[in-house]
Order: sequence, then C-alpha cells, then structure tokens
Amino acid sequence: MLPLGLMLLLLPAAPSAAATDLPGSGAPLRAELGASTPVPGSPSASALLLQPGAEYSPSGLALARSAEVLVSTGEEEEGQQHHNHGGGYRVVQWEWSYVQTPYIIAIWLLVASVAKILFHFSQRFTTVVPESCMLILLGLVLGGVVLIANKKQLYQLEPALFFLFLLPTIVGDAGYFMPARLFFDNLGAILLYAVVGTLWNAFCTGFCLYGVKLLGVIDERVQADLMDFLLFGALISAVDPVAVLAVFEEVHVNDMLFIIVFGESLLNDAVTVVLYKVYISFVEVGPGNVQTADYFKGVASFLIVSIGGTLVGLVFAVILGFITRFTKKVRIIEPLFVFLLVYLAYLTAELFSLSAILSMTFCGIGANKYVEANISQKSRTTVKYTMKTLASIAETIIFIFLGISAVDKSKWAWDTGLVSCTLIFIFIFRAVGVIGQTWILNRFRLVPLDKIDQVVMSYGGLRGAVAFALVVLLDGEQVRAKDYFVATTIVVIFFTVMFQGLTIKPLVKWLKVPRSTSRKPTINEEIHERAFDHILTAVEDIAGLQGYHHWRDKWEQFDKNYLSKLLLRKSVYRKSELWEAYQKINIRDAISVIDQGGNVLTSARLSLPSMASRTSFPEVTNVTNYLRENGSGVCLDLQVIDNVPGAKVEEDTETHHVLAGNLYKPRRRYQSHYSRHFMPVGEKERQDREVFQRNMRSRMETFKSTRHKRHKKERSQKKRRGSDTKEEGNDKPRRNVSWQDKDPVVVPIDSEEDKGEHSDPEKEEDVGITFVAHNTETPKQRPKSVPAGLDGCQSPSNQLPWKGGVGSLPPCVSVEATKIIPVDLQQAWNQSISSLESISSPPVPAEPVHPRVSALSRLGGPRPASYTPTGSSAGSTSSIAAHVAQGSVTFHFPEKEEEDEEGGGVSEQQQEMQPLMSSLRPPGPPPPPPASAFGSGRRRNPCVYLRSLVTVPPPGSEMYTRGPTQL
Amino acid sequence: MKISPAHIIRLYDRFEFLDKEGSGQLRLEDFAEVKELAMNPIGDRIIGAFFSPGQETVDFPSFVRILAHFRPTDKNRAKDSTQPEPVNSRTSKLKFAFQLYDQDRDGKISRAELLQVLREMLGMQVTEEQLESIADRAIQEADLDRDDAISFEEFRKSLEKVNIEHKMSIRFLR
Repeated sequence: MLPLGLMLLLLPAAPSAAATDLPGSGAPLRAELGASTPVPGSPSASALLLQPGAEYSPSGLALARSAEVLVSTGEEEEGQQHHNHGGGYRVVQWEWSYVQTPYIIAIWLLVASVAKILFHFSQRFTTVVPESCMLILLGLVLGGVVLIANKKQLYQLEPALFFLFLLPTIVGDAGYFMPARLFFDNLGAILLYAVVGTLWNAFCTGFCLYGVKLLGVIDERVQADLMDFLLFGALISAVDPVAVLAVFEEVHVNDMLFIIVFGESLLNDAVTVVLYKVYISFVEVGPGNVQTADYFKGVASFLIVSIGGTLVGLVFAVILGFITRFTKKVRIIEPLFVFLLVYLAYLTAELFSLSAILSMTFCGIGANKYVEANISQKSRTTVKYTMKTLASIAETIIFIFLGISAVDKSKWAWDTGLVSCTLIFIFIFRAVGVIGQTWILNRFRLVPLDKIDQVVMSYGGLRGAVAFALVVLLDGEQVRAKDYFVATTIVVIFFTVMFQGLTIKPLVKWLKVPRSTSRKPTINEEIHERAFDHILTAVEDIAGLQGYHHWRDKWEQFDKNYLSKLLLRKSVYRKSELWEAYQKINIRDAISVIDQGGNVLTSARLSLPSMASRTSFPEVTNVTNYLRENGSGVCLDLQVIDNVPGAKVEEDTETHHVLAGNLYKPRRRYQSHYSRHFMPVGEKERQDREVFQRNMRSRMETFKSTRHKRHKKERSQKKRRGSDTKEEGNDKPRRNVSWQDKDPVVVPIDSEEDKGEHSDPEKEEDVGITFVAHNTETPKQRPKSVPAGLDGCQSPSNQLPWKGGVGSLPPCVSVEATKIIPVDLQQAWNQSISSLESISSPPVPAEPVHPRVSALSRLGGPRPASYTPTGSSAGSTSSIAAHVAQGSVTFHFPEKEEEDEEGGGVSEQQQEMQPLMSSLRPPGPPPPPPASAFGSGRRRNPCVYLRSLVTVPPPGSEMYTRGPTQL
Repeated sequence: MKISPAHIIRLYDRFEFLDKEGSGQLRLEDFAEVKELAMNPIGDRIIGAFFSPGQETVDFPSFVRILAHFRPTDKNRAKDSTQPEPVNSRTSKLKFAFQLYDQDRDGKISRAELLQVLREMLGMQVTEEQLESIADRAIQEADLDRDDAISFEEFRKSLEKVNIEHKMSIRFLR
C-alpha cells in the first residue's frame, strides 16, 4: 500500500517541479497564495505544495488544458504524454494535470490514514511510542524517499496550508469539545501560563540566546542580532496545541492538568502572534528606528488581538446558536452550519489579523451548549465524528509533513551552538516559568498544583507545527539567520515531540500522576454536584464573598434569562439539563447493554455502566427495579392469555410473543426509498431505537404510578400522532400497552418538543420515540394488587396475532412474565456479586427442557439453569411455582451479605426475590380462577408473582405499610 | 479550626453587616436580607442549615463554624485518628450537604425529600413525571439496602468518586 502511495506521490513531482521553474506561471500564484497566509511576513515564502493544481481547479477544464501546455513545454520526459494530445481522438487520455490537485491531496490523506492503521496493528508498540513520533518518523522516511527520487524536496509543511486548513480543523475540534466547566474553572491559571508564561519564555530565550551569541558560543555565520533572537524566541517559546493534544491524549493525565497545559497552548496564540508581528515589524524597520511608542503599540496590539479574537469568536458563537434554532426542517445540513461558522470565526479573525485560534476556541466553547441542544441527535453524532476525523487526519498530516520538511536540506543550516543552547534554554525557562507562576498561583488556587503537576507541566511544554510554520514564514531577506532558525526549530520540535513525548508516559507513571478516568457521572453525581454549586454560591453570598461561584451563578442567571432564550429553541429551552443528563444516562445504559451483546430483557445480567462502580455492595436494587419494571407490562398480558384457553394456542401465543417481544427486528436489507434531504432511518438507528424503547418501557412503571395527570389531555392527543409515526413497520407489536385505556399517558422521550413540532411528522425523524402507557386511575387501586394493567387486559386481541391480522398484534408479551424474570434474577445476581466467571456459565441441566424454555434460552440468555433455581429440577416452567414458593419460605434471609459462590448462587437469588416473593403472602387478591389446570398450575403463580412486582415495594417487612406510589 | 485571624475579622465584619440590629445574633430575617439568596433555589435550606434545631438565632461562633465546613481540606494533614475529625473533612462536608436534603433529620433522604430538592433546583423546567423518574433513578442507583431512601452511608457511597474536597470548598476560607 505504502509503496504504491509513494509512487503516486512521486508522480506529480515532475510537473510541479517544472511549474516552479517556470517564472511566469508559478510566481504570481505563489505570491497570491503567500499573501493569504495569516501572518504577515514574506509573501513569497516558498513554493506551495499544490501550486499548479490550485490554479487549475477553479478555472475548469479549458484553463487546465492551457496551463498544462505551459507546464509541459518546460518538461521533456514527462511531457511525452501531453504532447500526444495534439493528434486525433484518443481512446484513453492521460489527464493527470487535470486531476492532479485533488489526486495528490487524496493520496496524501490515504497515506496518512494507512499509516495510522499500520501503527495501531501492534498494541504493545502503540502504548509505548506515541503516534506523533511514529508519524514524524514516517515523514522522515517519506521525505527521504522523495528526496532520493527527485534530488529535490517537493513537499513541505506549507504555512498557508497549515494555517488555513490543518490548524483550524484541530483547533475547531478542540474548541468545540472543550469541557467548558473545567476550562473556566481553571481559566485563571490558564491565562497566567498562557500570557505571562509565554512572554517570560520568549524574552528569556531571546535575550539569553543573544547573550550566548555575544559570548561566541553560537557560530559567527549565524547573522542575527538582538531583534532576530527575540523574534526567534517568540516563535519558539509558545507551547503548541497540536503537539500537546497529540501527546497528552495518549498520556491521560488528570483533567485539570490536561486542561491547564492544553488551555495554555491554545490561549498563548495571541501572545505569539503579537510578539511575532511586533518583532517582524521591528526587524523590518531596523532596531535603531524603534521608538518607545512602538512598545506601547505592541501592548495595545496584544489587547486588541486577544480580546478582538475572543469577541469575534463569541459573535460567531451567537450567530451559530441562533441559526441552529431554525434548522428544524433542514436537519441534514445542521452539521454544515457548525463547521462553516466555526471555520468562519477562524477566517474572520485571520482577516482582521486577530488571534484566530482564540476566536475559534471561544466560538466552539460558546456555541457548544446551544448548538448541541438545538441540533438533532444525528447531527450531533455527525458533527462529532466529522470533527474528530478531520482533526485526526490533519494532525497526522502535520506530523508527517514535519518529518518530510526536515529532510529538505536546502532549507536549513545547522549550527550546533544555536541548537543546543536553544534546547537548554527552552527547557530551563519553561521549568523556571512554571515553578514561579505556580508559586504565585497556589496562593490563590483552591486546588494547589503540587510538585508533580509542575514537573508534568514543565515537561509537557511541547513545541510543534505552529512554530515551524511561523519560522518558515520568515523573510530570508530580512532575517538572515532564517535557515539556522529553521533547523533549530525543527530540532526543537523533534526533541520535544519525540523525546519528551516518548518519555512523558513513563514519567507520568513513575511520578504517579493521578490519571483521568473516562467515567461518566451517575445521576446521583449530577444531582448532587448541582446542589453543591448552589450551596457554594449561597455560602459565598452569606459570607459576603464575591467569589468565583458568585459570578458563575450570575452568569448562569444571565444565560438562563437572556442567552438561552435567544439561542435555544423554545422546545429545548424548557428542558432541564438534569433531565437531559438523565436521558443520556438512560440511553447510554441501553446502548452499552446492547453493545455488550445483551438484549434488554436479559440486561439485568449486565451491570449498568452508570451504576456499576460499586463493588462492595451487591447490586440488589438494580435487579429489583428491573423486575419491578419488567413486570409491569407483563401482568397485563397474563390476563390476556387467561382468556385464551387451550394449551396449544397458549403455547403458540407465548412463542409468538417471545419472538416478537424479545427478538430484535431482523435487519432490513434495503432501504425503501432514497431521499437527499432526509436520512432514512438506518438499521442501526432502528435498532437503537428499539433498544431504547425497551429500556424506556421498563421505566414506564415509574410513570404509571404517578398521580400527576397534568398533561394528560394534550398528551392523549399526541399519542395518536406519535404512535402513528413511531411505527414504521406495521409488524412491530405494541407491547406493554393497553390501548383502550381511558387515560393514556404519553411519555415522549423528546417530550418537550412543543406542540408545533409534535404536529410535524418530520420531527420523528430523529427524536420521536413515543411511549404510550396507560395510567392508573388512582394509585389507590394498586394496593389491592389489582395491577394497573388488569383493567387493560381485556385487550384488543384475544386471539393470536396472525389470526387477527398482521397489523393488530396483541400488545402484550406474555412469556416475559413467566420466564424472563427469573432469568433476569439469575443474571442480575451473577453480575451483582463479583464472581461473575464462576457462575455465568452454570452447568446446563441435562434434563429435557420445555420447548418454551429452550426457545427462551436461545433467545434471552444462555442459562436455562435459572429456571431451576434451587433443587427443583423439574426442568420446565412449572418450577417457577416451586421457585416462588421457596422464595416466600426463605423470606427472612439475611440481606446484604456476600455469599460464597456456591451456596450463594441460590440463596442470593432468593434474597433478590425477597421483596417480590414476600408479596405473595400478603393481602393480594386471590388469583383469578384457573381456566385450566395447565394454565393455573403454571401461570397463576407467576402472575401473582409478577403482579407483586408491580405493586409491592421492595424491602422486607415494611412493605405492607407502603403505598404503591413508592414505585 | 484554623481560620486565620484575618479571616475571622473579615467574617466578623460580614456578620455585623448582616446583623442589622447589632444584637450579636443573626435571625432568619437577617439572612433573608441577602438578595442573592432569594434567587438561590435551595437558599432556604442553606439558611436553615445555619440554625441548629430549636434555635432562633445564630451567634458568631456558630456562624463561623458553619462556614468552616467550606474551608479547603488540608491535603497534608496527617491522618491522626486521635484528633477529632476536623469540621472541613470530607465527611463533614458531605454531612452538611446531606442534611440539606434530609429536612426531617431522620438520617435518610426519602424519595419525597429528594423530589422536593429536585423540584426546587429544576423549577418549572421539567414536568413532575420527569422529576419523579429522575428521583427514582437516583434512588435506585444509590439505594443499597432497598429501603427506598438514601441513608448517609449510601449518600457517601454514591459520591465516593467525586472530589468532595474540591467541590465543597471555597477559596477564600483557606
């Protein structure tokens, strides 16, 4: 693969070389593109990578042809093919020059991507060596090959390409996904390091290099005076966001440390840009002509560049938020707005020569909250993946090109003194600067930065491509030591990225720097941390401190009262963040359950990720909840089945329900239609939705027991619409729902879409999972253990679905009731005590299994053993009755004990069931008279049992006193 | 408690400022004077936390003692079990937060209590059903002994991954 890519890369060599040689064609273009580089400097810096092509692409075929002739005149051997155009009609034509530009770009991207794949083949290798190192090495190799093949280096990291395309993709990604809270929590530190630290580094490095030069350590050939060295110091001193991201992402230091280093690398851009520009102008006018006023101008310029850049970014953030308010009908281009406006923020800042990185960063940070709330889930995913893809590939290209650029001998000149002194000074001043600033900071910081943090911060001061692009932009006429500076910069970059990048991981490990955890907060943490914020604000107010929390609270008020009103859709505005967080956690659980290969009915086996973390306690509650929740839909169904006598029919029904209810929809092979404007609901999507529906269904129990019927009226209207749109395939059984109920409650997942949106069928395209459940009249009825579902159980179809027509499947899934639950129990128990391995594969009982059970076991879970929990190895479903009975016998089993694995297997399970079992004894109504011995023996008990799941709250003896609302 | 004299003085100034009558005691109304507190969704609860049960007023020592909860925890403090636990320890910070939820002081955050707090914090933004599902989920998550309430131990457990020392501290009181 790589050699092929290389071949192709070499192909353009000849024509573009020719173009560079041509005085007429290359030069104006070069000047034009050079002028568009962000940092004013030498416009004719160097030949652009894609020069000739850049000329062709916009102007179309005709121009391309003419230019091609131009090119080919100067070139002999490559021109062969071109000359052939003169003749008659050719069957095959060689149109290289026409496709050259996109072709080279595509090939480069391909090479970069393939390189990435190759690196990640070896897991052990990638954990030791950072990717950036490998990419630079690859770049060196590629550059060497190109050099040998052409005797001339054709490719270089072009400043224009870098500043206009590569850098924005990385910064855009970084800004948009910046953890805003963390960033602003540490803003003080970040600003100090970014401004003071960078200035300190720049001046010290510059002056000291000059001093060393005076001492004669640096060779005479390096023709540079103080201004040159200060200029060099300015561009070499800035910590580079690309390098920091590349290295730190692999190191996983704790969030605070990362955000400080990375934030610094982003925000120091303003300082770098201003220093660079100021020095360049000083160099141009000559040091002697610099007046005092110019220094003040420099300071003013810094303020304008930084604040102006930030403002531009914020303005674009507002625009972006505002635009995404109105994209409801054109969801498909939502992501485009994000990319465009964030990029425009960057370009606009460049246009006014403000700090583009600042602008883009703040645009991303500012817009993120509103955009994410406004755009659809799919768009969110699109934005995320596109940004990450672009950033990743840009980063790859940057590092490869850094490597390639280093091979170009004509561009640089070596001076050992300069290189070694720069390396030493950079390292020393970084360390000194960090320690000094941290000392100041720690007097104010709530969380002091300790010594280890300081070491990592000093060591993490990586230099990168920004410095290189800046140094390449220097005008060789005015800065005569440019070649030396280029060489030094390259060495510094390589040293920091490769050596420090390579060693920082062991260092971090050795110093035991706290690592970051990618743990997502649980709902409890979400709630309590919000409460903490309020508490701290209140305490600050009481103590009369106008501290950080005070201002943050003020900002939040402002945001809530004005900004959000302006920038958020009405429907979104009413949503609460906590509710969003809650939903996110729910979805995450559902998805991760599926990802781990479970299906939701058996999902209790898997620990919910957001609940997992606690190992010291068995996760009893989860199971209970699952049971409770799963039980809800089930009860209804049992009644239905009771109305249908006959074992055979029952069995069929059951099987059908099991299949319909538990199997995920078969994948559809084709899409029915194609639309450019709306994404059809993809398979994945449908499955996700299904998963989510199931998960949410299981939560319906919660809603059922609510007393609050506020929205009932309007919701019952919505219900119809919602459910219509929901079911795309009419073969989807409407489970769990009793339709004829008088008081249906719709629990829209995206519930607060306002009414207008509800009438809009398109809304369903990405939001609409509407759950319909019925509401109990009053919770009061519940304690009588007439489960809510009971009245719903004269459900529309007393017959088998296939008899009633495909469209009207009975809503209920019966077998869940009788059998799945125990499965859940068993599985949940398995995960709840940590000895998962020993139990997760219990010996499958050898005795013949009831067909239904076997069907189930095929579907739901791997363990039919769960049907025969204790000793009652009667095998079939009838064991459940026994099971239940046992459960109620062992009612007062001690709780919260870690059982040993063997004996615990059974008893834990019973424990789990306790709250459920116990309800069998209490005042539950007598089970309805059995329709047949078969039915009663087997299903009655589970029915009660399940009903008890619905009605009886968990814990031990108290439960009699508890109302049903506890659910 | 090692609040520096400077801080004590500053707090005393504040105390006197709040104490409009100059009685050396803060009453409920004095707290209500702080305007920002009115906007704080759980401001009432926090004010309530200043008053020990049965007391109508707060004197300066207890005022400082409450605020001392929010001093940053000293990282380097030797784990000396003989000494009484400092008021700014992780546990006492958590206790402070816990009692804001646990209004009836029965040692448990019941579902109703949690709902109440959520209602105050989220206001009109969400429907009651949503509130309840959040509360249910939270209780499910934290409730280890299945009593449908969150005891302090469970509260602590559910937050054990959170850096309470940082999140319940205020810089000034260092």
